[in-house]
Amino acid sequence: MIEVIGLSKRYGTHLAVQDVNFSISKGEVVGFLGPNGAGKSTIMNILTGYLSMTQGSIMVDGFDINENPEDVKKRIGYLPEIPPLYIDMTVSEYLSFIYDLKKVKFPKKPHIDEVMRLVKIDNVKDRLIKNLSKGYRQRVGFAQALMGNPDVLILDEPTVGLDPKQIIEIRNLIAKLGKNHTIILSSHILSEIQAVCKRVIIINKGEIIADDTPDNLSAKLSSDRSVMARIVCNEEDMLEALSSVKGVAKVVSLGSKEKGSCDFVITPEEDTDIRAAVSRRISERGKTILSFADSTLSLEQVFLRLTEAQDNNEARRMLGFEVNEDIVADEVTEEIESEEAE
Amino acid sequence: MKAVFKRELKAYFSTPIGFLVVAAYFFFLGLYFTVVYAAGSPEISMIIMATSSIVVFTIPIITMRLMSEDRRQKVDQALLTAPVKLSGIVFGKFFAALSLFAICFTPTLIFEIIVATKVEVNFISYLYSLLGMLLLGSALISIGMFISSLTESPIVSAILSLVINFVVLYLSTFATMVDVEWITKILNRAAFITVFENFGNNIFKVADIIYFLSITAAFIFLTVRSLEKRRWS
Repeated sequence: MIEVIGLSKRYGTHLAVQDVNFSISKGEVVGFLGPNGAGKSTIMNILTGYLSMTQGSIMVDGFDINENPEDVKKRIGYLPEIPPLYIDMTVSEYLSFIYDLKKVKFPKKPHIDEVMRLVKIDNVKDRLIKNLSKGYRQRVGFAQALMGNPDVLILDEPTVGLDPKQIIEIRNLIAKLGKNHTIILSSHILSEIQAVCKRVIIINKGEIIADDTPDNLSAKLSSDRSVMARIVCNEEDMLEALSSVKGVAKVVSLGSKEKGSCDFVITPEEDTDIRAAVSRRISERGKTILSFADSTLSLEQVFLRLTEAQDNNEARRMLGFEVNEDIVADEVTEEIESEEAE
Repeated sequence: MKAVFKRELKAYFSTPIGFLVVAAYFFFLGLYFTVVYAAGSPEISMIIMATSSIVVFTIPIITMRLMSEDRRQKVDQALLTAPVKLSGIVFGKFFAALSLFAICFTPTLIFEIIVATKVEVNFISYLYSLLGMLLLGSALISIGMFISSLTESPIVSAILSLVINFVVLYLSTFATMVDVEWITKILNRAAFITVFENFGNNIFKVADIIYFLSITAAFIFLTVRSLEKRRWS
């Protein structure tokens, strides 16, 4: 459905997006994750034809965005970070304007009514947009994107600034729409991505550093499947008992954090699951476990680890990707420059 | 184009701007008519000519928001990602502004009819001066619209348009400051007011019509390019 090859965007001398490649098939719900200023919005703006690219190509449903922009735009509904609303219009006036603007083929009134019902704004349809709360405005923006029922929805931080109830509503709506739309969604709220997306693309400093399912990402990063345990015991005895469990590579005591107990980090040998063996050993010794957790990272931790890495190559290495040291940002810049010179 | 046209024309009247501009024209046209009619000279084209100085002040008000407001409120993201051509958006806005401008001159038709009941009038002369006014308006509107596309601030756009309107309309006054003959000639001929007065004085020249039309076309083209350029910046 969407094919992005070698996408770069430069503002003056600043490379906002560099050599981004991904493809999204029909019906996928993909999350763009990245810190502020990572280039998420820029990529979305280029995908929707609002901005041009410096280099690369984008195909949507077989149409090139530079050659057939109208065919591409017809297939995409876009909700930008700030919903594009004429605040001096009423909700139904505005949606009727968008309907005309997009030259939608469905019968007018039923279609607008249906969209309004879907995003639950039919109760405010005669109010001026400037008098609406932020949550309602966001939903009007959502309705704008849905007008004409496009195949692809691109949503730039759709839940920013909403209250928790509204966030859940919008999230449910996205999940519902995901059944028959291809959706790209950006966010820095990780739980949101985890809740609605089956695939995450992590973007940092204008580059894609990871593209996988949320579960795979956390599994890849926490390659050491260490176990944390808090046990009511004598520190030295337990150290000895745990070290002798088969498959355990290392046991470190973190000392006592709760009276009478002691915390341990137990690291297994590569590719072994020691949780069962460890817990059996502890009960054999007649000791009580107060807490027991494996250290699989949450998406939040994955995100922080990756985006705090010194550079994007280091982040890729963390994920076990091979890093080609020759391809560095400077070269992309030079390539673009030499092309422009031509 | 139709959607943008409808929306923009409506927007003029959902804010006081449309009403204020129309009211200003109705007031001054009415005033001039009263004076001219009382003096016994029933030349409506003269009344239209007399409003050229008001045009200078009102066009910037009509055009200041045209492009800049969309950008400021980020609505341009909806317009530019919709499956329409940039030229469609620009033409829609241009014709909305021109329509508001045309509405301002509707009282002259009534004046003409009133006069026609008393004396014999030259209807062609009236229509020709009205055509001149609309052509002058479209040239100035296209310039104002282009300026509006360069900035996010309606105020900056209005002030800049005002200055440029003065310059292009009264180029001929600069002519007196220049000694070189051919420059003086060009300035005199290019001044919008010179061309516009030909319409009011019933001097029919195809060149005048083409002059205003080509300026309009040029600035509509530049506005489209200016939107396009923003994509590439």
